[in-house]
Amino acid sequence: MSMNEAEENSNKNSARVTWEGCSVLLDINDGERMVFERLTAAASLKIGNKKCSLQPLIGCPFGSLFQQENGKDGPFLSRILSTSKGDSNNQENTECPIVCETKDNRELVDNNTAQNLSGEDIDELRRKGASGGEIIEALIRNSSTFEKKTSFSQEKYLLKKQKKYSPRVLVRRPTARSICEAYFKKRPEQIGFLRMDSLSLLLSLANVTSHSDLLVVDMIGGILTGAVAERLGGNGYVCNTYFGNTPYPVDIVRMFNFGNEICERIVHSSLTDLRSSSDATSLSNDQLEDFDSKNHANENVLSSSACSFSTEKNVISSEDGDTGMSSETAVSPVCKPGKAAKAGRKAPLETVKSWKENGFSSLIVAAPFVDAWSIVKELLPLLSFSAPFVVYHQYLQPLAQCMHNLQIEKMAIGLQITEPWLREYQVLESRTHPHMQMSICGGYILSGTRIHPSN
Amino acid sequence: MLPAIESTKKLSFERRICDGDLVIVYERHDNMKAVKVCEIGCLQNRFGVFKHSDWIGKPFGSKVFSNKGGFIYLLAPTPELWTLVLSHRTQILYIADISFVIMYLEIVPGCLVFESGTGSGSLTTSLARAIAPSGHVYTFDFHEQRAASARDDFEKTGLSSLVTVGVRDIQGEGFPDEFSGLVDSVFLDLPQPWLAIPSAGKVLKQDGVLCSFSPCIEQVQRSCEMLKTCFTDIRIFEVLLRSYEVREERLESWQNHGGGSLGSRKKRKHSIEVSQQQECNISPAIMARPSSEGRGHTGYLTFARLKCIT
Repeated sequence: MSMNEAEENSNKNSARVTWEGCSVLLDINDGERMVFERLTAAASLKIGNKKCSLQPLIGCPFGSLFQQENGKDGPFLSRILSTSKGDSNNQENTECPIVCETKDNRELVDNNTAQNLSGEDIDELRRKGASGGEIIEALIRNSSTFEKKTSFSQEKYLLKKQKKYSPRVLVRRPTARSICEAYFKKRPEQIGFLRMDSLSLLLSLANVTSHSDLLVVDMIGGILTGAVAERLGGNGYVCNTYFGNTPYPVDIVRMFNFGNEICERIVHSSLTDLRSSSDATSLSNDQLEDFDSKNHANENVLSSSACSFSTEKNVISSEDGDTGMSSETAVSPVCKPGKAAKAGRKAPLETVKSWKENGFSSLIVAAPFVDAWSIVKELLPLLSFSAPFVVYHQYLQPLAQCMHNLQIEKMAIGLQITEPWLREYQVLESRTHPHMQMSICGGYILSGTRIHPSN
Repeated sequence: MLPAIESTKKLSFERRICDGDLVIVYERHDNMKAVKVCEIGCLQNRFGVFKHSDWIGKPFGSKVFSNKGGFIYLLAPTPELWTLVLSHRTQILYIADISFVIMYLEIVPGCLVFESGTGSGSLTTSLARAIAPSGHVYTFDFHEQRAASARDDFEKTGLSSLVTVGVRDIQGEGFPDEFSGLVDSVFLDLPQPWLAIPSAGKVLKQDGVLCSFSPCIEQVQRSCEMLKTCFTDIRIFEVLLRSYEVREERLESWQNHGGGSLGSRKKRKHSIEVSQQQECNISPAIMARPSSEGRGHTGYLTFARLKCIT
C-alpha cells in the first residue's frame, strides 16, 4: 500500500474531531460520572450546581480535556492544552517511592479541625471570582495537616479537591468499548450485564468482519447490534431477528456516530420472515407486512427517541454522588431529537431472499431473559454450514442445557462454555497491585460451529 | 479466510470444498489441524487414511470418513481456528487477549495498525480481519526467518493483501518515520517495550491507542513510567477465560445412598436402578463445573492514549 492510500484510508475513518450534532461520551472527573451527550449549540452540562454550555466542545479533537472555570458570565468549560506539564509536575512530586517515605500518619487525628477555612470563607472566595486552582491553594495553606501527610495522601487530597473545585471533562469517542464500559459501570442491567471483555469475545467468536451477514438476537438495548455494525464498517449486514411482531429496541446504536453507510446495514427481520419459503404468495404477504411494520416502526422510532434521550441522560449519571457533586442530572435540557441517523429498518426483501439461499455467516445471541436453547434451535438452521455461533447469557444453566441439546442433536461441534475474567491493575512505583474492587461476573459464553447434517 | 478479500469463497449453503482450499480438520475440540486440499493428497491420522478427493465437492462443516470408518469434520478456517492450529514459532496470543486488544484498540474497517513483533502471527490474523477490506496491518519482526514464515502463513490464509511483514528491530530503530501521525493503533509485544514507546507516540494519531503485552509486571512498570510522558489514560488489565465442563448426571438422594462407603461409579449406577424402583424423584440433570485446570496467566495488557494537545 502506498503512502497516499494510507493517508486516504486514515481520513476516511477518522472521525477524530467532534462536529455539531455528533454524539460524545463525557467522562467527568476521571470516570466519576459518564454522560452521553449530543453536541448542539444549545446543549449544556450540569456539573455540581453549575451549568456549562457544550459549545466549546464542538470542533475539538476526541480525547480533549476541559476544565470548568468561573467567568464573569458564569461557569464555562475551557480546554486544557498543556496537560503534559501540569501532570508531570504533579507526578514528580509523588514519585517518591514508599521506601524513602519518612512521613506516616501517626500524628493524624480525624477530628475535623484540620481545615481552618469555613464553608462561608470558600463561598466568599468564589464570589470574588477565585479560580478552582486558587481555592485549592487556599485550602492547602489553611490546612494544618497537609504538610504532615505522606506524598501519597497529599496527592489524593489534591485530586479530591481538584475534582470538587475545578472538575474536568474528557471528551471520549463513543465506540463499542467506551459505550459498553460506561453502561456496565452505571446501568449494567440495561445491557444484560455484558462486560466489555465479554462483548469483545462475542465479536471474535462470531468471526465478525466486513462483508459478513450477521444474524443477531439483541435483547440488550442495541449495544451488540452497534458493536457488530462498527466491525462491519458498512459492508455486509447485521440482522436483528425477533419472535412475534415487534423488533427489539436498539436505542444504544444511536450513541455511536454511524454514518448512513453503516446505518443502512443495521436491519431487522422477524423469525417468520426469515423462515418462510420464498414463493410468490409469501412474497406478497411479506410486502403487506412490510407496509404494516413500517408504519409501526416509525411510531416506535418517534416515541423511543422522545423518551430515550431523557433516559440517556439519567442512564449514566452517577449515583455515588461525590461530596460536591449533585447527581441531579435528571434536570436535563428539553429533549432534542439530535441528528442521529436512523438505523434499524426492516431488511429488504431481496436481502432476506439471499439469506435464505446462502445462510447467515454467523449468529450472536444475547437474550438475558430467554431460554438459550429455544432461540438456538430455531436460528441455527439459518446459518451456513461451518458457520460459528455464540450465545451470551448472564446465567450458566441455560447455556449448559443448550450445549447438551446441541450435542445430542448433533447440530454443532467445537462446543465450549467459557466465563471471561477481567482484572484491572494500579501500576505505580512501589505501589502496584490489582484494583481493590472488580467485576467478578462478566456472564457466560457458549460458542460452537454449525455442522452439515450429513447422515 | 475473509469474505471481504475472497468474496467467491464466502460461506454459503452452496459453497463446496475445492482443490486448493485451506480447511481445518477437526478431530476433537482440542485436536485440529490446517490442511491445504489437494486432489491427490491424503491425510493420515489415528482414525485411518482420508483421501482429499473425497472431500472435494462436499460442503464445509461436513463429516468425512477414512478407509477404516473413522471420521473427522472439515471446517472453514477462521482466525480463532487458525490460532489453535498455527505452528508456534514463538509464544502466541490467545483468544481472550486477542479479542480484548482488538476492541480496546478500537480497530475497525479501514484502520492503519502497527504491530511488533510479528511472532507466529496469531494476533496479526485477527488484526487483518478487523481492518478489512480497506485498512492495512504493518507488522514488524527483527527475526528474518520468522518474518518469512509469517509471510508464507498470510499467503496460505489469504491475508497477504491486508498485511505487510517488515523485518525491523523496533526496539532499536523505532517504527518507520514516514508514518508519523498516521497510525490508528499500535500493538507491542516486545521484551523491552519501553524502548519502542517514544516511536509509537510519533506514528500514532492524536487520541490513538497503544497496547503493550508483557508477561512480567516489571516490564509493565517500566513501560508505564515511559508512557507518562506523552500518553494518558494508562490502564493495565489481565484477561482470562475459565472453561466449563457440562455433563448429565443423576445425583442420589441421601436417603437412598447406602451409608458406610463412598461408592464407586459402578456401585452408584446400581443404586440408581434400585432407587428407580423405589420412589425417587431425583431425575438426571445437566450440570456444569469449571474445568479443573486452565491458563492462569498470559500477560498484562497495558493500554494508553496519545495525549491530545493541539
